[in-house]
Amino acid sequence: MVAGLLALSLVGAACANDEDTSASDTGATEPAPGGEVDCATVEFGCVEVASGEPIQVGTLLSITGDTASLGLDSQAGAELAVDYLDGAFDGTMGQVLGHDIEWQHEDDGCSAEGGQAGGTALSTNESLVAVVGTSCSSSALGVADKILGDLGIPLISPSNTAPTLTDPTAHNPFYLRIAHNDRIQGAIVAEFVYNELGLMSAATIQDESPYTAGLAAAFKENFETLGGTITGQEQINSGDKDFKATLNSLAPGNPEAVYAPDFNPACALIAKQAADILPDATLLGSDGCLATDFLDIAGSAAGGFWASSPDVTAFQEGEFYTDEFLPAYKEAVGTEPTSVFHLHAFDSANVIFNAIEQVAIENEDGSLSIPRMALKDALFATEGFAGATGTITCLDTGDCASAVTIGLYEAPNWPVEGGEGDGAPTYSATKSLADVA
Amino acid sequence: MADQQGAGVAISDMRMSRFERLPWRRIILTVLSIAITIFVVVGAYRTLSLPEGQRYTPELWANFVVEGISQGALYALIALGYSLVYGILKMINFAHGEVFMFGAFGSFFFADAFSRSGFLDDSPYLAIAILFLVAMTISITIAFLLERIAYRPLRSAPRLVPLITAIGASLFLQNTARGFWGQNSRGYPLPSVLDGEWTIGFVTILKIQALILVVSVVLMIGLQLLVSRTRTGRSMRAVAEDREIASLMGIGVDRVIVTTFVIGGALAGIAGVLFAMLFGSVDFFMGFKPGIAAFTAAVLGGIGSISGAALGGLLLGVLRSVGPALILTGYGVPSPFQLRDAFVFVVLVFVLIFRPNGLLGSSAQEKV
Repeated sequence: MVAGLLALSLVGAACANDEDTSASDTGATEPAPGGEVDCATVEFGCVEVASGEPIQVGTLLSITGDTASLGLDSQAGAELAVDYLDGAFDGTMGQVLGHDIEWQHEDDGCSAEGGQAGGTALSTNESLVAVVGTSCSSSALGVADKILGDLGIPLISPSNTAPTLTDPTAHNPFYLRIAHNDRIQGAIVAEFVYNELGLMSAATIQDESPYTAGLAAAFKENFETLGGTITGQEQINSGDKDFKATLNSLAPGNPEAVYAPDFNPACALIAKQAADILPDATLLGSDGCLATDFLDIAGSAAGGFWASSPDVTAFQEGEFYTDEFLPAYKEAVGTEPTSVFHLHAFDSANVIFNAIEQVAIENEDGSLSIPRMALKDALFATEGFAGATGTITCLDTGDCASAVTIGLYEAPNWPVEGGEGDGAPTYSATKSLADVA
Repeated sequence: MADQQGAGVAISDMRMSRFERLPWRRIILTVLSIAITIFVVVGAYRTLSLPEGQRYTPELWANFVVEGISQGALYALIALGYSLVYGILKMINFAHGEVFMFGAFGSFFFADAFSRSGFLDDSPYLAIAILFLVAMTISITIAFLLERIAYRPLRSAPRLVPLITAIGASLFLQNTARGFWGQNSRGYPLPSVLDGEWTIGFVTILKIQALILVVSVVLMIGLQLLVSRTRTGRSMRAVAEDREIASLMGIGVDRVIVTTFVIGGALAGIAGVLFAMLFGSVDFFMGFKPGIAAFTAAVLGGIGSISGAALGGLLLGVLRSVGPALILTGYGVPSPFQLRDAFVFVVLVFVLIFRPNGLLGSSAQEKV
């Protein structure tokens, strides 16, 4: 019975698709650029999408555990991109070349093990075209980027920021990211601490994951170049609750600022415990800290904690973000955003859809052939793409955010659910990778 | 070795047997203890002779000790639950960490509501008392059900069976909490009377740490009195000594076992509230690490002994907090506090090499 209904609906969808395809065919005058590809011989082959079947796209995001607020936020952003394919957030899903988009959502666990498990789960799907992910750099670096890259599946991250991922020595040729590179974030935070807050000494705390280690290193390098002193560098275990001893051991250096890029609850607990131990130090965290959880857990200790993050007010130009995207997000998810990378995920998905449209071969029978190598080349050739986060131009090393605006937000005035005030950053600066090289 | 064997043909059997008769165990232990002493003394000396600026100040050492003692007191409260049950049933209740977690998590909802309504700051003493009561009730209920459902039917089974059941119960309880309340951490409010610190000389103690110390000392003295002075305590000791004979003497063994679980649960509930206030958060997995630490403390002190659990807990807390800074810093280990759990387990291994029954444990008789 159910199978019969499914078959019927498939036939229905197929008919609709045929009409769509013919309509777009009359619109397009030039043949698809991928038209010359011979799927039998080309490296990694093609993904065949039968007439009326959906194009399968994956997500590999941190959707469970302590960092679920990060991954679920991005997942919502990616799904909204499909809704918007037809030009409106109306709940009706749009299509790419007359085909629906079907998501396969997997969990990156915000760890290398999670990236391994989720990446492997995705890699068994032969029809998978591309993946939006990962949430956490540790899930991608050498794990998910390799598992998927070895099969010719591009991985586009909305929120990985660790510098190593796009470092020429470690970059996987199928890995791209829409999120900023932390060389930029670290530099802007260092400038903010030294120039704006006027603090001359700082200590760093990181948990040795690629994300936090990369940020702490970028901060240290830039802070010292500016003339500041690093009084201590501590490492913690992610998952710990007790940071008092670590904070105590930073106390002899008497740092004016403590930079602790991490995720929650670590950020929030550090903020809470530092209030007793380093009462005079200014605490700063990263975009991983800037989430609803932080405000919940840190409570009254949240006040005065700075988090750096993509400047969402920079997105608000053109009112697309406030007038269209945010209402649609609230409609779909039920709350204000819980993190700050939903728009990056939205762009990640759109960059993928755009590349599919460029390279997919539309066969006579309404089916699609998507050559994997050509898709990858099209992704890396993305130039001047008008994304919601800004203009997207992908470099050979996978960095697609060309000029990045990073804001510093003082808690509790944060642009997430549970924040107070207008959610505007106190300080904001724009840099490109060339500025921090 | 080769020389010994080469000469072995010529020399008499007497020399060989003298070689074999050497007290190897004692020699190895002596060499080991000398090596450990040298390692500790050199490490500590190097740490303390670091140049000014890199050196920890006396205030910091005092902080480390205070932190260690207050956390150790919490470990001791949880360790008592392990130790009591082990004393009576000869069984490790691995789900005890979850009893602790349920107490803390259950009281969180009250604490959150009290904090929102202002009750927590308006009449803090009443509010804290209610939180303790709530946590105790929940933890006692969980401990009671655990004994009833998971352990009692298996009491006559081989010892490995209830142990595996305990691990299963632990996972079940963890995931039940995850299912009920989700997997995110929640911020546990601290009443404003407990916010802040007292400074006595150059020792700074947070008010919450002081409360932990007072509460745990009172509870431990109370427990010691209960076990040594009351009828219930005498029954508990009798059951611990020999369950069958105790039963023949007219002691209700089932009741005594339930009482033991209830006492352990009550202590875990109180420890849960204090732990949540100290670190400011609760989550479904919060029972795991303190559970392991408390179990370690119980073994360190001598499992089955009340004073052993108390000593083990305090020692573990101080070792965790002072040890890495004092010894590992001297060897230039970066971020020594990352290694504090490894440090504690190494200490545990050495303690067990020298005293297999723990510091205060005795092999002949197992006390409650």
